[in-house]
Amino acid sequence: MFAYAPFMIVRAPYETTMGPISRIFYFHAPSGMTMFLSAFVCGIASAIYLFSRRDGADRVAVAAAELTAILGIIVLVTGPLWARKAWGVWWEWEPRLTSSLVLWLIFVAYLLLRRYGGPGSDRLAAGVAVFGMVNVPFVYWSVNLWRTMHPKTTVVPTLPPGMRGPFWYSFVAFTLLYIITLHLRTRLEKRRAELEVLYLALEE
Amino acid sequence: MLDFTSLTLTDVTRNFGRRRALHRVSLRAAAGEIIALLGPNGAGKSTLLSIVATLLVPTSGTVRYGDHDAAHAGAPLRARLGLLGHDLYIYPELSPAENLRFFAKVYGLDGVERRISAALEHAGLSHRRDDPVSGFSRGMRQRLALERALLHAPRLVLLDEPFTGLDDTATHALRQRLAMLRETGSIVLVTTHDVETIEGVIDRAVMLHNGALAELPAGTGSLRDRYRAVIARGAESSAR
Amino acid sequence: MNFVRTVWLVTRKDLLIEARSKEILFTTLFFAISCVLVFAFGFVREGRALEDAAAAILWIAIAFSGTLALGRAFERERQSETLRALMIAPMPRPALYLGKLLGVVLLLAAVEVVIVPLVSLMFEAPLFEHGWLTLGLLATGTIGFAAVGTLFAAMLVRARSRDVLLPVLLYPITIPVIIAGVRGTAALLQADVDVSMARLWLSMLVFFDAVFVTLALWTFEPVMTE
Repeated sequence: MFAYAPFMIVRAPYETTMGPISRIFYFHAPSGMTMFLSAFVCGIASAIYLFSRRDGADRVAVAAAELTAILGIIVLVTGPLWARKAWGVWWEWEPRLTSSLVLWLIFVAYLLLRRYGGPGSDRLAAGVAVFGMVNVPFVYWSVNLWRTMHPKTTVVPTLPPGMRGPFWYSFVAFTLLYIITLHLRTRLEKRRAELEVLYLALEE
Repeated sequence: MLDFTSLTLTDVTRNFGRRRALHRVSLRAAAGEIIALLGPNGAGKSTLLSIVATLLVPTSGTVRYGDHDAAHAGAPLRARLGLLGHDLYIYPELSPAENLRFFAKVYGLDGVERRISAALEHAGLSHRRDDPVSGFSRGMRQRLALERALLHAPRLVLLDEPFTGLDDTATHALRQRLAMLRETGSIVLVTTHDVETIEGVIDRAVMLHNGALAELPAGTGSLRDRYRAVIARGAESSAR
Repeated sequence: MNFVRTVWLVTRKDLLIEARSKEILFTTLFFAISCVLVFAFGFVREGRALEDAAAAILWIAIAFSGTLALGRAFERERQSETLRALMIAPMPRPALYLGKLLGVVLLLAAVEVVIVPLVSLMFEAPLFEHGWLTLGLLATGTIGFAAVGTLFAAMLVRARSRDVLLPVLLYPITIPVIIAGVRGTAALLQADVDVSMARLWLSMLVFFDAVFVTLALWTFEPVMTE
């Protein structure tokens, strides 16, 4: 399905003012949406881990945090490309781009804490993820009040019918890809935990 | 008030990632018993004390305080624990009296000033009660820290290397203090790697080696000789 | 009742220690003044400050010196591991959190007492014209920043590289506070004062404080037990 997406996108109506750059939209918007989804997955999984101490929840949280960071990079690279063409500048301090940057920073901080925090930092990181998730609406609201310029949320329903199909197709493809990657990454983490147990057993 | 007369550890294991700090440690202690936890540095003594002090949750296994456990009993259980850590847990900017007063109030004790005077008497610090602790020697701090940990007459007393930095007089005083605790029916766990100083005050010694518990063979010879023998055997088996 | 008493015990202990050494107050204060000075070089041109510079400099100084104060306040609890002694004491743990939070807020308030008039003087910013609104923004902003900071600094006590990790974790989360503080104050300082805008930012800060203090009280216990 993911492989077919480019064909869909190429066949979508050509937007004359934007040229080929407009195609990035099919990539940029879905990755942005999945990124926010991923942040919420990480936050909720972390909350479950904090209160129930279930290791499985922690594994989902790490996987989701890493994916949030990766999707964030995609959003933050494709966003300026679009902005350059649409608004004539590489970076624009507008709500969604800025909140994506803040969100990305939070989850990179989460990964840094896990990487460099030493033993026991998984629980600390879980606290950060919960705060990061709750913070999303605040960041969005405050940046929104500060600056407004992004194509409004209404951009999707107002798309010409020919563009709407490929857009939703890309969105679904991205979400599915996200779920599969999340699943694989969580499983990898589980394997790693099993390996630790085996190592420990071997020492006896 | 919550109370208990025994401490039971069953198969307590704690891992830090791939490092195993404790492996299936089982131990039972009753009121009026003083148990020494021996072992070289890094054997898991401090980890074990942290777990018993409810500061660390075991990866697997259970710790029971009479009929209670840490997850359900919470604050009332913590009110019955006294912990002296290696880092002493006292504020160097404050005076001994202020340190003791703060902790007495945090524990919600009555007769605060009377307890403070008694504690300072025990520590031999009555004449320095209002000087900041930062000017004290290690031995003086150690004595103060011990009294701080015992201020609320805890049922379970956990002492991490309490003999560090003590001179002969202070060591003697601490041995007497431990005997007093036994008479008042406390359960005492003392970690140390200094075997000679505790010989004679303790009821029993257990040994931690690489996170696993080993009973010291009972019987002949001084505590130190038996301890040395076990260490040597452990070194042999890990060399193999 | 017992809860409130414990909160006050912890705060009073911190204030007593600070009264003895005055270390955190003095270092934080002079750090904040240095911040104002350093940023002045960036934002003042031909003797005049750029538009909104005063508000920005004020809040940046508060955020930076706040990070410093948080780090030091918990370094003090780490030195002889007194935080562990507090964790094993039978007090309700949220009371410990609130006690530390109150101590940090009072300390930052003392720093602001010096910094705010200083900024007002150096940048000709009429910060006292709408005194109550400015006070409200400062109070809610400081509480919001310290609420997140106290939890993070407390949990980082047992982490490695805590000195760098504190700002790395704290700044992204407190971005709404910074934006609201700067914009709210700037609305009061600009040529045509926009009181309704400042009120809007103030209400956002109140909401932020309510949400994050609650969240911190709720997560403090599970985050602090390993």
